[in-house]
Amino acid sequence: MEALATFYETYQSTIAYVGLNALLALSVYTTLSCGQLALGGAGFAAIGAYASALLTLRAGWPFPAVLLAAVVLPALVAVPLGLPVLRLRGVFLAIATIAFGEVVRLGIVNWDYVSGAEGLVGIPQKTGVWMIYLALALALFVLGRLRGSRWGLALEAIREDEPAARTMGIPVARYKLAMLVAGAALAGLAGALEAHFTFMVAPSGFGFEKVVHMLVFAVVGGSLVHWGPVLGAALLTLLPEILREVAPRVGLEPGPLRQLVNGVVLLLVILFLPRGLASLPLRGRARRARWVES
Amino acid sequence: MSIQQLVNGLFVGSMYAVFALGYTLVFGVLDILNLAHAAVFMAASFVALTLVEALGLSILAALPIAMVAAGLLGLVLERIAFRPLRARADSNIAGLISSLAMATILGAIAHELWGPNVTRFPFDTLPNATERLGGIVSRMQLTVIAVALVLVLALTWLVQRTRLGRELRAVAESPRAAQVVGVNVDRAIAASFFISSALGGAAGILYGLAYDVHVEMGRSVELKGLAVIIVGGMGSMPGAVIAGIALGVIETLVVAQLGGSFRDVVSFAGLFLILVLRPHGLLGAAATREA
Repeated sequence: MEALATFYETYQSTIAYVGLNALLALSVYTTLSCGQLALGGAGFAAIGAYASALLTLRAGWPFPAVLLAAVVLPALVAVPLGLPVLRLRGVFLAIATIAFGEVVRLGIVNWDYVSGAEGLVGIPQKTGVWMIYLALALALFVLGRLRGSRWGLALEAIREDEPAARTMGIPVARYKLAMLVAGAALAGLAGALEAHFTFMVAPSGFGFEKVVHMLVFAVVGGSLVHWGPVLGAALLTLLPEILREVAPRVGLEPGPLRQLVNGVVLLLVILFLPRGLASLPLRGRARRARWVES
Repeated sequence: MSIQQLVNGLFVGSMYAVFALGYTLVFGVLDILNLAHAAVFMAASFVALTLVEALGLSILAALPIAMVAAGLLGLVLERIAFRPLRARADSNIAGLISSLAMATILGAIAHELWGPNVTRFPFDTLPNATERLGGIVSRMQLTVIAVALVLVLALTWLVQRTRLGRELRAVAESPRAAQVVGVNVDRAIAASFFISSALGGAAGILYGLAYDVHVEMGRSVELKGLAVIIVGGMGSMPGAVIAGIALGVIETLVVAQLGGSFRDVVSFAGLFLILVLRPHGLLGAAATREA
């Protein structure tokens, strides 16, 4: 029991980051689940993080109210963003949302009230690891309930063939907007939880790299089922911890080695397992089913 | 606006233009966004630096050699990250992700080979004299603008006047139809990657000559390059050149009037507005970018 406590002490921040990254990965998943590649997640996380930090530091709101605001505010921003942007197709949606994220980041850099590029420091640590996992569990529960429901089937129909879904009378635009808003809320919540875990927020933490990481978690884990992104986030957050041990033995620095492994994993997954690691058990089942039939 | 500011803007803009030309070539032919383009930009700069420093080559020899190296890197990218995905229904999104993976891998390799430090070309690589043209303009700036101009003209000639250029345009129109009339589609696509990456590499070398060379240097152009090709119009080469130069000039003005930290706001706010208001860009054909 004591060993367990020591283990938890040592790896507390890693455990927290697995949860935070899983929330961020789910925020990419929400739009991917209806076939849309929206990459504004870092911008929404920044809005959530900064709003929460300001409400705690300058307004002294209680933490539950702060978290609620960090969920609601990005969601409200997502509506006017989504209305024009979601008309764009494929790569163009990705580019427009990347531009949105950069505008948010650069806006923060140029905003003196939040001390620009230096960021806000001295945020009290109010996030418990249990809160992160409670949020994750709630998100997974809701997304899990969607599968097979009328709503979930509509999303699948949009993902597989958008014009056909529209022809069948599915209000495509409304579903896409709803998922963008849900993703923004999740990213904002993750941003607020992280800000109150690490004592600080800075715009450099919400750049293009951040959203690339979020996307990589979701793609490597797989966006076909809701637990895929969580799997991807867990795996890719724990991997650097393991690599830090391995790196000296293969004569590489941990930084480049981590980058190399991330890149290779992503490449292998997109080439050979386009539906992500979570599709492995499904594949096995399909093969067994075929075998039984023959 | 002084002549000096104008030249500064043209100088920065000509690097954006060369980078964006390569970006938009692949985008126009394949409808695929090659996010490893900025990694090629960085790698070519390091290759040229190594040629100049270790082998003592003149930059005039190192530039074409490093461009060919960048082109070969482009062929590798095409082979590994794009060709296997071509048949897939979601190939444009899958290609975006696989090129992101290749960019990460190239970044790690460059970090191993050349280290994390910021390095510069030797001081005497280019003559560092200055000219008086209503202000102080360095030879280096004029050289960069001249090289960019030559590359733009060469590419225009290649695409408009040669057999390869005709094949590329045919594939851009419709790969299947091109195949029917006897175009070797695989070869045309590989050629477009070679040319695109050679141009990206050239932009990286020019940038390295003007500023410095380091592993993260691609960050300064990867997203701005996107802004340029979208604003210029998808796959439109004149559009990419005009938008690239315009961005350079506007940025220089913004820095002079509002201060350095506002420089990047212009490109992304502009990009965002263009995508929302006029999705096919300023010079692009009204392609089906909307669902």
